[in-house]
Amino acid sequence: MSALLELRAVSRRFGGLAAVNDVSLSVNRGEIIGLIGPNGAGKTTLVNVITGVHPASAGTVMFDGRDVTRFAPWQAARAGIGRTFQIVQPFPELTVVENVAAAALFAGGAASIREARSQAHQHLDFVGLGDLAHRSASALTLAMRKRLELAKGLAMRPKLLLLDEVNAGLNPSEINQALDLIQAIASRGVTILIIEHLMKVVTTLCSRVVVLHHGELIAEGPPTEVMRNPKVVQAYLGKRYAAQAEGATHG
Amino acid sequence: MLTPDTAARRDTVIAVVVFALIALVPFVADTYWLRLGTTVLMYAVLALSWNFIGGMAGYPSFATAAFFGLGAYAGGVAQKFGVGMWLAWGLAGLLALLFAAALGLALLRMRGHYFAIASLVVAEVLREIINSATDLTGGGMGLNLPLRAGQSVEAQADFFFWTMLGLAALAMAATLAVQHGRLGFGLRCIQQNESAADMLGVNTTATKTSAFALSAVFTGIAGAVYASWVNYIEPPDVFDVLYSVKPIVMVLLGGAGSVFGPLIGAGVFLGLEEIVWRRFLEVHSGVLGLLIVLLVLFLPSGLAGIARRRAKASTP
Repeated sequence: MSALLELRAVSRRFGGLAAVNDVSLSVNRGEIIGLIGPNGAGKTTLVNVITGVHPASAGTVMFDGRDVTRFAPWQAARAGIGRTFQIVQPFPELTVVENVAAAALFAGGAASIREARSQAHQHLDFVGLGDLAHRSASALTLAMRKRLELAKGLAMRPKLLLLDEVNAGLNPSEINQALDLIQAIASRGVTILIIEHLMKVVTTLCSRVVVLHHGELIAEGPPTEVMRNPKVVQAYLGKRYAAQAEGATHG
Repeated sequence: MLTPDTAARRDTVIAVVVFALIALVPFVADTYWLRLGTTVLMYAVLALSWNFIGGMAGYPSFATAAFFGLGAYAGGVAQKFGVGMWLAWGLAGLLALLFAAALGLALLRMRGHYFAIASLVVAEVLREIINSATDLTGGGMGLNLPLRAGQSVEAQADFFFWTMLGLAALAMAATLAVQHGRLGFGLRCIQQNESAADMLGVNTTATKTSAFALSAVFTGIAGAVYASWVNYIEPPDVFDVLYSVKPIVMVLLGGAGSVFGPLIGAGVFLGLEEIVWRRFLEVHSGVLGLLIVLLVLFLPSGLAGIARRRAKASTP
């Protein structure tokens, strides 16, 4: 397997704060990789580094054989890096189908607005929003908006899709639907990097997870293994609890 | 539900009919009405132009006076050096376009109030430059333009009416092409949420700069035509801040970002000005300010917005 995305010693500083510090990571074609870590660990910043919103202060981002470190967000989008937002970002006064058509037209390489709209309808059917295509995006519920984000992500025809907490704020049945959807997207051959707080989601979807803490990569491996890693337990629950847990397993 | 293609066709048909009807005005009107009509058309050009950057992209530009004055002086100075009138108008448009493209790359990095203030300053800077370049522009003395010899007053009135009409038709055609095309789609995305548009692959810098340049080119030509029309220009006249403010009020009045809003707004505004203003000569600017406040408070999407709301209310 060859790497689709490769981060080489990537750092991003905001003034004196290293939000991401010396992270090296490679994502293989076709895999679903999970990115976890406590609040403020730098997960969203890492996504912003990859997509060019906050370009890396040091290090290199390679994507599909190209150096994309200095790409602007729109260039990254056209190169095949799609993303959804933790806080959903629709164009509120456009209709649902126009929202998706914009992604198809500007990043997905649709030749005309008409073609973009017809592609958008297909993506909306896929995520189950086909009936709401002509509603205004501001009329959707949160769960629907998350699906709209997924449809927009798909319409960009990405090679890599970065999902930033697409399940946050959803109820259990909505989460199950979202899981099916993400698996269906992966089965189309899209590589997925997913930021997630819900361990159920991570263990169901991901073959591999990486853990970020204070901007640094502290663990990497299969989900169940990583969850037992003392460094990870310590990052989430503090030193004392980690020591107790350690004592419990060995004593 | 209208499909986008039929909406584009409907708008084009309406535009053609409206402009064909306006073209008949010189056959029935006297020179007073022609002068008023030419002014309405000139402001329609400015309002349609402002709509590209202010309405579609949502960037509150106050640079209209800068482009207008620049165009007026470019046309005037070119004719002073013996360039023919039509070519001088074309050069004025080209200069305004290039100027706006360069200016846009710098100014369009700012958003909201900051952009508005920066764009407001541009006209003042140009006014000072032209004021001090006395050899070239006549400075504060103003600049005389060649009279069109051998034409009656009536023929001249007809000529400038039809010229402004042609320019307004060009601006309208550009509006239709942009609104229903890729550029307009990108602009609407930027207007709604610029960083999300960027993420979806919209080249925001190029898109905004195109809108700014489009808004400058027709305004620049309008300035040059205006200069030839009135035969004499001076800096305080063509760089008047009212050239920046009035088109904004017209677009807000008609409906920002809509295709026909600017046209309706220009007509209604100058109608009001002609009927009401001369009764309020002393408090002219006060009435204008009051109108802006009322518009923003009670009619945020303009007269076109009322029609749209009606249509929405009637469909369940």
